[in-house]
Amino acid sequence: MKDNKEPIIQIENIHKRFGKVHALRGVSLQIQKGEVVVIVGPSGSGKSTLLRCINRLEEYTSGKIIVDGIPLDNAQNINLVRQEIGMVFQSFNLFSHLTVLDNLLLAQKIVRKRTSEESHKIALELLKKVGIPEKIHTYPAQISGGQQQRVAIARALAMNPRIMLFDEPTSALDPEMIKEVLDVMMDLAKEGMTMVVVSHEMGFARAAAHRIIFMDEGQIIEEAPPEQLFTHPKQERTKRFLSKVLDH
Amino acid sequence: MFTRRKTEPPEIKISELENIPEAGVGYHIDAWWWLVALVAGLIAILSITKPDPYWRIILFVRDGIGITILITVVSFILMIFVGMFGGLGRISKNKAINLITTLYVEIVRGIPLLVQLIWWYFAFPVIIKQIGVWTHIPFMANYQANAILLAIFGFVFCYGAYMSEIFRAGIQSIPKGQMEAARSLGMSYFQSMRHVVLPQAIRVILPPVGNEFIALLKDSSLVSAVALADLTRRGREFMAANFNPLQVWTMIALIYLVMTLFSARIVNYIERRTKFER
Repeated sequence: MKDNKEPIIQIENIHKRFGKVHALRGVSLQIQKGEVVVIVGPSGSGKSTLLRCINRLEEYTSGKIIVDGIPLDNAQNINLVRQEIGMVFQSFNLFSHLTVLDNLLLAQKIVRKRTSEESHKIALELLKKVGIPEKIHTYPAQISGGQQQRVAIARALAMNPRIMLFDEPTSALDPEMIKEVLDVMMDLAKEGMTMVVVSHEMGFARAAAHRIIFMDEGQIIEEAPPEQLFTHPKQERTKRFLSKVLDH
Repeated sequence: MFTRRKTEPPEIKISELENIPEAGVGYHIDAWWWLVALVAGLIAILSITKPDPYWRIILFVRDGIGITILITVVSFILMIFVGMFGGLGRISKNKAINLITTLYVEIVRGIPLLVQLIWWYFAFPVIIKQIGVWTHIPFMANYQANAILLAIFGFVFCYGAYMSEIFRAGIQSIPKGQMEAARSLGMSYFQSMRHVVLPQAIRVILPPVGNEFIALLKDSSLVSAVALADLTRRGREFMAANFNPLQVWTMIALIYLVMTLFSARIVNYIERRTKFER
C-alpha cells in the first residue's frame, strides 16, 4: 500500500491543551493515500481529539497539520480542507429538521454549488449504496440509529471527499445495528478510500485496517499492522489494553 | 388533521413534554377560541344594548386601537431582527461584538420600560438638537420629536434585548454536533447558522417569541405617557370629557383582552403548524 508519494495527511508534533488538561502531547503521524488507519486506546487517551484536529473541529495548541498539501493555518484553508474530508460522528448529527434526502442535498448545493439535478442523482446513488431504500423522504428521528449513521456516511460521501474520518461511528448503536454500519465502512475501505477511524471494533480493525495506532495519555504508544499489533504487541501498555478489549 | 398526526414523526426534543397531552389539544383549541368569542360577544352586547356610552366609547377610541396595533406590529417585526443579531452577538467568539451586545442587554434589562420610553421621547431629541447646534446642521438643530417613531424605537431597543436572550438560548439549545456536522461538510459559520442551526432554533424560540408579542401588545399602553394617542390614552381622554371611569375602563380592558386572547390563539396556531411541518 505504501509508496514513496507524499503522505495525504501529515501531522507534526501536535499539542492540545484544554485548560490544565494536556490532551495531546506531541503526536506525529503520517497517513498515505488509500490507507485505512484505526486508532484505538482507552477513553480519554486523546484519540477523538486527534481525529477532530485533522479537520480542525478542534483547535490545537501547537504543531502542524498538512492535509493534501494544504496547511491548516488560516480560515480559508480550513474550509478548503474540510471540503476534502468527510466526517462521521458518534452521534450521527444528521440535520434533524431536514429529510434524509435533504440532508444529502444541502451541502452539495451550498458548498459544491451543484445543480438540483446533479445533486439528486448523486444523493440517490449514495443512498442506494449505503442501503437506505425508500426512506429518503422521512426525517432522521424516524429511522433507526444504524440507518441514521449510514445516511451520515452517505452525506459525507456526497461531497466527494478524499479522506474520511470516523469518530467512534458505532459506539452509540445497538449491537444488532453495528454490523450494517461496519459493512458500509468495509466496502469503502475496499474501494481504496483513505480512512482514519477511531473505534473499539477490533474485528473491523483486524479486517480493514492497514495500520493500527494505539494511543494512551495523549501520545502514540505503538503502531503496527493489525495482525502484528494484536498478536505481538511490543509495549506493556498495549498488552494491558488489548487483554481488556480482546477478551470478550 | 388526523391523517397528518398519524405520520407525524416521534418527537425527540424539547417538545417531548408538550406531546403528552397532544390528544386533547385539538379540543382545547376550540375551547380557547370560545373565550375569544365570549369576550368579543360581551363587547358587542354592551355596545348594542347600551350604545350610550359603550358604542360611543368604541367610536371614540377607534383610532387609538389603530395606533396600538401599528406600534405593536411594526416594533415586533423590527425587534425580531434586533433579537436575531443580538443573539448571534451574545454567542459570538469575537470579544468586541460579544462585549457590546452583552452590555446592551444588561443595560436595557436594568431600566424600566416606561423610563426608557420617556427617555427616548423627551431626552433623546435634546441630544439630537445639541449635536445639530454644534455641527451647524439645521435639520438636526430643529429636530422635532416624532412620537410614533420614537415610541417604536424605544420598544425595539428594549424588547430587542429580551429578544436577544431568547435567540441566544434558542441557538444554544441546538446540539453542538449540528454545527460541527455542517462545518465538517465545508459550510461557513454563517451558512451553517442560516441553513442548519437557526431553522431548528426557530422552533424552540417560537413560543417565547409569541409571548413577547402579547407582552408587547400590553406594554404598548405605556406610550400613552409620551403623548401618543393609543388606546389607553384615548380612553383617558374620553373619561376626562364624560367622567364615566367604570364604563370607559371596563370597555378598554375588554378591547385589550380580546386582542391579546386573539393573538395568543394565532401564536398557538403557528406553533402547532411548525411542529407538524418539521
